[in-house]
Amino acid sequence: MAPAQAHGVPVVPDSVIVPEAVRSGIAVEINGERFVHTGDPQMPLLWYLRDVLQLTGTKYGGEHGGNGTDLVLVNDKPVSAIGQPMAKLAGKRITTVEGLAANDGTLHPLQQAFIDEDAIGCGYCIPGWLIAGVDLLKRKPHPDDGDIDQLPNSCRCGVQARVRAAIKRAAAGKAGQA
Amino acid sequence: MSADTAKGIRLSRRRFLQILAGAAGALVVGVRVAEAGDAPLPPEWLGNDFHDLGAYVRIDTEGNVLIGARDPDTGTGVATALPMIIADELDADWNRVSVVHLGLGVETGGNGKPQWTYGRQRGGTGDSIPAAWADLRYAGALARWLLTQAAAHRLGVAADRLRCEAGTVIAPDGRRVTYGSLVDDASKLDLPAQPPTPKPPQRYTLIGKPVGDVDAHAIVTGQAKYAIDHHEAEALVAVLLHCPWPDGSLASIDTAPALAVKGVVKVMQLKPEPGQPPGQTVIAPAVAVLAENTWAALQGRGKLKLEWKPGASASESSAALEQQAVALLGSQSAPTTRVRDDGDVEKAAKHAAIRVDATYYQPWLAHACAEPMNCLARIDKDQAGLVVPTQAPQQAFAVVQRLTGIAPGNIEIRVPRVGGGYGRRLDHDYVAEAVLLAKAMNKSVRLLWPQSEDFTHDYYRPASVYKVSAAIDRKRNVSAWNQRVASASALAGRGVPADRQWSSEVSADQLPAGLVPNFRSDWYAQASALPRGPHRAMPHLANAFAAESFIDEIAHQLREDPLKTRLRLIGEPRNIALGGGRMLDTGRLRNVLQLVADRIGWKDWLHSVNGLGIACWHMDGAYVAHAVETSLQNDTLGIERVVCAVDVGRAINPLGLAGQVSGATLDALSTALNLAITTRDGKVQQHDWKDYPLASMAQLPDSVETIIVPDDDRPPTGASFLAMPTAAPALANAVFRVSAVRVRRLPLMKEFLRLQ
Ligand code: FES
Repeated sequence: MAPAQAHGVPVVPDSVIVPEAVRSGIAVEINGERFVHTGDPQMPLLWYLRDVLQLTGTKYGGEHGGNGTDLVLVNDKPVSAIGQPMAKLAGKRITTVEGLAANDGTLHPLQQAFIDEDAIGCGYCIPGWLIAGVDLLKRKPHPDDGDIDQLPNSCRCGVQARVRAAIKRAAAGKAGQA
Repeated sequence: MSADTAKGIRLSRRRFLQILAGAAGALVVGVRVAEAGDAPLPPEWLGNDFHDLGAYVRIDTEGNVLIGARDPDTGTGVATALPMIIADELDADWNRVSVVHLGLGVETGGNGKPQWTYGRQRGGTGDSIPAAWADLRYAGALARWLLTQAAAHRLGVAADRLRCEAGTVIAPDGRRVTYGSLVDDASKLDLPAQPPTPKPPQRYTLIGKPVGDVDAHAIVTGQAKYAIDHHEAEALVAVLLHCPWPDGSLASIDTAPALAVKGVVKVMQLKPEPGQPPGQTVIAPAVAVLAENTWAALQGRGKLKLEWKPGASASESSAALEQQAVALLGSQSAPTTRVRDDGDVEKAAKHAAIRVDATYYQPWLAHACAEPMNCLARIDKDQAGLVVPTQAPQQAFAVVQRLTGIAPGNIEIRVPRVGGGYGRRLDHDYVAEAVLLAKAMNKSVRLLWPQSEDFTHDYYRPASVYKVSAAIDRKRNVSAWNQRVASASALAGRGVPADRQWSSEVSADQLPAGLVPNFRSDWYAQASALPRGPHRAMPHLANAFAAESFIDEIAHQLREDPLKTRLRLIGEPRNIALGGGRMLDTGRLRNVLQLVADRIGWKDWLHSVNGLGIACWHMDGAYVAHAVETSLQNDTLGIERVVCAVDVGRAINPLGLAGQVSGATLDALSTALNLAITTRDGKVQQHDWKDYPLASMAQLPDSVETIIVPDDDRPPTGASFLAMPTAAPALANAVFRVSAVRVRRLPLMKEFLRLQ
């Protein structure tokens, strides 16, 4: 519905197409959306996510990737976001913890299983565990303890036993049945 | 009369309940600590300056309940447990409750001094729940009382004939009125003359039920904002580099290469203020690189060309300190403090049938918080705003006020969920840094410590050497226990009198105090330049490892089942006064011990191919025991099973409690297995998670079997670190059973490999 002209305010059409400015930069897809990084190509993905996009779910945990706190999926492979300069990421598909749930907000079964198992200490390392766990479940829908042992994360709050239970719950298709 | 009611009467004089009709038609209820003395003040003297969310409870006309969690949640679950206490008293529908992390509640009092809106605010020290237990029930009870009074008017039924359930007031004839529809009326009522009586425990509907962490959804979706995630337009990022020696200084610096990095704005120096106690000023001389974003600041930091000048501490090393401790304990010198001296140790030793001696060595430990030290600070002329991951906002406030002189009511401190604390964030050196930088730059500053700084500039848990000797009489009873501990006090320099500095290192009522007729505990002070401070469960962590390992050694000497030795030592159920009003309830101690023994299958311990180990402890009125099963295959040590039993009195949130037990157990095992901070030439040698490796999934047991003793007759005690002290000795005892290797030095893995 177009607003009527009143008090000399110009009529605004229903939709306006503004051509996007031509920018050169590094195009990446993050959680299904396209972004173009125009800053320093050497900036690690972690700081692009956290400082530029303010997607702060991926946590800083040290210059060498901490304890897996900064894991993200790049083309479905878990990698440490601080070790990935933007220059290496042109055209790549990136998933962060913010991108694990479906668009309608439905949680990934592993996210739901973390809630069901109360697999949370301070919570700071949890996004990293989720990325590693989602990747594991994708590769091995029914991981055994030995598979879970391979996860690269660790946690000062001691959440490991509850994470193991959450992964098993998600694998058993029981997430959401707390 | 229960202890609870007695406390209630005292509280009713000291604390005041207040209602406030919120601007948007909400009922807001708070508890206020009176300013002066114990005299009751009329509510109108207390002012009504409950801003934003009010104090604790806010019910809107739709029936939504917002509850403030006053203590910082560092992962201890208090943001869930404290609101549960209010919600239960209020008979709220938990599904309609949201919880907000309260920032510091501070106002300028009449004399210009700070006045705390919410009373005590501190987290991760194990006392949140006991401290909140009385206050928060009154807040909930007052809100319920007001709503019931309003409903009584509406329904024409006496208030005492109404009952409340899940956000509704119900009349005897079945008529129901929702809280939301009563809010307007209730907020116009006068306060009762006496605080309403909280519910009898039989009527609890939420307390004691398993409730998931209130922040869980936000955390698993990456939406939870920690302090480190807060942005402010125009804020500069400051990345720190500290001098390796706390008493060192900057010899030379060339800032040009750092300033040449695109985005770097300034390089600044910071120094500890002389005379300020640890934790209230900069921890060591430092250089801050301020830049438009973190990446630029980090690059700039990497390009700093500087040299530090060592201070006197550059001659210190952890190895030399340990040798010194051994020498001190081997000498005839008098202890710095005789902490406890029951009976006559010398006499008992003279009549001993058997003597057992051992020395235990424990390393320096770092806090290793997942969220690095950081702080967002904005300082204007007469306003300050901070977002801080702190365990003690009131102490953070003191630092801000000292450095800025801003009136208390104009200092805003927000405390979102905190990424780990364990005692590190009771100190506020990083807050001082952020304030100094923000003041100098006249701009918001987001301070960040690269995580390596956290490892090299911590307030470490001091290393200690324990020399213990016991006398066993002819009846095979422990007749004397003589322990001597040497360490550098974590309290040194903190304004604690010299004769109390032992208290961070030795617990005066540690087991087996009270159980052994002749018991002596001596502490020898050591000097060290390394910053020291509170650490999770200290001093219990170190004490329990030595004492509970040693009891196992005694059992071995007696060729006795170590469970039996412990049960004989503990004796029949009774209460033993330990001094200072503290009691040891041997029945509760026995119970947790027996529970873990039964669960792990202790009866078969002699026949097990694997090794079983056990340990028990008590602290601050709570009881804990661990049983651990270890395996040894091809020289590889494995932890097969862990069982932990706790008795904390009433459990507010058993799910949260089980999480704390599981978490603290795994943290303790991880620490015992791998972790140590060492120094050489006065410098900390660990910089990274690689040098300070928390246990991997594979190293830890698959689960922690948790037993919570149902105990509704006692008020709740804290539990965030209760399961720390006994895990390591139970592990070491199990390692001995499976390998015949007695590990007396932590970290265990390294020592095991050396001895094996
Ligand atoms: S939950 Fe706190 S570090 Fe993992």
